[in-house]
Amino acid sequence: MSFIVLRQGLVVGESSSGVADVVIEDGIVREVGPKVSKPSGAVEVDVEGCWVGPGFVDLHTHLREPGREEAETIESGARAGAIGGFSALVAMPNTEPALDNAALVSYVLDRGDKTPLDIAVAGAITQGRRGELLAPMAEMAALGVRLFTDDGTGVQNPSLMRRALDYAKPLGVRLAQHCEDELLAAGGSMNEGIVSSRLGLVGRPALAEELMVMRDIELVRLTGCPLHFLHLSTARSVALVVAARREGLPVTCEVAPHHFTLNETSLATFDAHFKVHPPLRPLSDVDALRTALAEGLIDAVATDHAPHAPELKDLPFDEAPPGMLGLEHVASLTYEALGGEATNPATFFSLLSRGPARIAQLRARDLRPRHSAQGGAMSAGEDANVVVFDPRERWSVRRDDLQSRAVNTPYDGRALLGRVRTLVVKGEFVVHDGVLA
Amino acid sequence: MMNSLRGENLLSLDDLSEEAMVEILDTAESFVEVNRRTIKKVPALRGRVVASLFFEESTRTRLSFETAAKRLSADVLSLAIASSSVKKGESLRDTISTIDALGIDAVVMRHQSSGAALQVSRYVPHVRVINGGDGQHQHPTQGLLDAFTIRQILAERSGTTGLESGSTLFKGLKVLVVGDLRHSRVARSDVAAYVTLGAEVRVAAPGTLLPDDLASWPVSVVTDFEEALGWADVVGLLRLQRERGSGSFVPTLREFTTTYGLTIERAKKLRPETIIMHPGPINRGVEIDSRVADLPAAVIDRQVTNGVPVRMAVLYLSVAGTKGDEQ
Repeated sequence: MSFIVLRQGLVVGESSSGVADVVIEDGIVREVGPKVSKPSGAVEVDVEGCWVGPGFVDLHTHLREPGREEAETIESGARAGAIGGFSALVAMPNTEPALDNAALVSYVLDRGDKTPLDIAVAGAITQGRRGELLAPMAEMAALGVRLFTDDGTGVQNPSLMRRALDYAKPLGVRLAQHCEDELLAAGGSMNEGIVSSRLGLVGRPALAEELMVMRDIELVRLTGCPLHFLHLSTARSVALVVAARREGLPVTCEVAPHHFTLNETSLATFDAHFKVHPPLRPLSDVDALRTALAEGLIDAVATDHAPHAPELKDLPFDEAPPGMLGLEHVASLTYEALGGEATNPATFFSLLSRGPARIAQLRARDLRPRHSAQGGAMSAGEDANVVVFDPRERWSVRRDDLQSRAVNTPYDGRALLGRVRTLVVKGEFVVHDGVLA
Repeated sequence: MMNSLRGENLLSLDDLSEEAMVEILDTAESFVEVNRRTIKKVPALRGRVVASLFFEESTRTRLSFETAAKRLSADVLSLAIASSSVKKGESLRDTISTIDALGIDAVVMRHQSSGAALQVSRYVPHVRVINGGDGQHQHPTQGLLDAFTIRQILAERSGTTGLESGSTLFKGLKVLVVGDLRHSRVARSDVAAYVTLGAEVRVAAPGTLLPDDLASWPVSVVTDFEEALGWADVVGLLRLQRERGSGSFVPTLREFTTTYGLTIERAKKLRPETIIMHPGPINRGVEIDSRVADLPAAVIDRQVTNGVPVRMAVLYLSVAGTKGDEQ
């Protein structure tokens, strides 16, 4: 077991931050103090000027295993997550076959145990994600699954969604919805608007997303079951969820980095690296998401990390699959969106760690003996999942440098500010000085 | 925005300035005469290789392009997609690489996906790419040949020539485009050509067949179709794109014909000099009554005839022209 002292970083707690030393021993945070004396045998790391907080938690990672291992595996996805500062990932269930039963969930959990990170699983709501019959959620919940979703598409049938919420509520789990009414989205491949009209591409109107957000808020009101809204992309969607939360409804929401950094005009060259569902929206929505992030109206930033083999992104635009990579640069993009140097460190860690850990119920171990507690307060006694983020470092995304098996990033060549320097998971170095340990 | 097609790809008419369009129309004039000769051939592209890749079915555009290339003395590689490796699952990128490996100077491409020609231009940057129609996006040579046909007819009437008139005959010209604008690549290219050359464009269509964001188009929507017929100098009809799902955008074909078809009764509202155009293939009895299609005012065959010199001009400028040539 490693013995580590992180010297003189800005330690970011839930409500206050201060320069301190962090002592990590035997997998737990042993001490957080202004100036601890050097314990014998400890590895000392000078992190002055850096932010020290709980390891990031991604609510929305497509690890592609089983079924699409040519695009990503649990092992390669965990490496990409580690470089991005993540100590826990929630694996999405739209694999082939879909993670819709206890045997497949166990498979992913077992493979996850071979990585240094905590790999949690989101189970499917319906069998095969076909939106017809409920999946055995109770059996999956018994393995520690706390989040269920048919992500990739939403549950289209309102009656089935209502039944899913009724069934999930007594299990103490949360459902998560990919909000897009597929009939209204009409098989489109980008945002409906000026740009789609000019390019001759079928559009997915903002209303396709917003209508399902509205529907599901009312279903939560009817059933009382908690619901998480995945990758909201429009100003209106966020406003609807914020209003529902103010009414006291148990709803939470996430936004994805591409939706607050890129807009629909990127599609003008028909480059399928910019194709994603929900689609990139107009600049006005991008600005609204950034404002909502800074104002603390969003519960989590989640990557929707969606690896695809290169030949699939070379297909004609309307045939190419939607989705883009996200794990390795999301922290920098979030820092940029929150205002760069003006970023409040507590908001930053709330969005990338504590918020998502709360939503996925990863803050306590309880039902998941093989996992550790995530999204901690940075106080003595808790599991040592700690990330060191250097807000001063400038770097550029390079497609060839990615840990992911896939290379479908829309950010190739983009200059970024702020980078993960060190990641400690369960007390051990996973990333040290910006490289995998 | 390009001021000349010389040495460039032709992917979208949104990319061309008025100057560039007039250059193409003027070049096409010089090729009209070639097509009237007994020996219809010039050596302009001798030794050059033009590949013709039609991933989507076509009669007139394909024959027109291949005829144009041959009259310029180019060698034509024609890929019949139905019997090619594409049917075995070969990707667009690999198909284009294979053909490029045979040594080609230009590719004329039609594809059912919007943007496919632009994507191909990224894969083979040293090859000139001519878009022969991509999905619902653009059909640039159709826009050019429609503009060429209008200019030719108006020039004849005013006792001048296309060459002398430049773009002056388009200034203030009233063009009414009717029908399935939502799904039509021809509409996008026609509107770009007419507006760039100085015409005023109005459109008429059922609410479901107007584009999603009409406010961003440089056109106005007519509220009274029959009145607009009397207003128009040119009526451009569009084919109802049933293969792109437009069938479900109108209740019945009969109702479309009743409300927006150019019936024999409606044709009477046109002024005698009004030009009736249609890019073909026509759905007789749907967009246009069979008898109207055969009126002298309907110049559908002339559009086809003009396709050859216009495509000769496009191939010549794009393939033989050098980038940045100020000529």
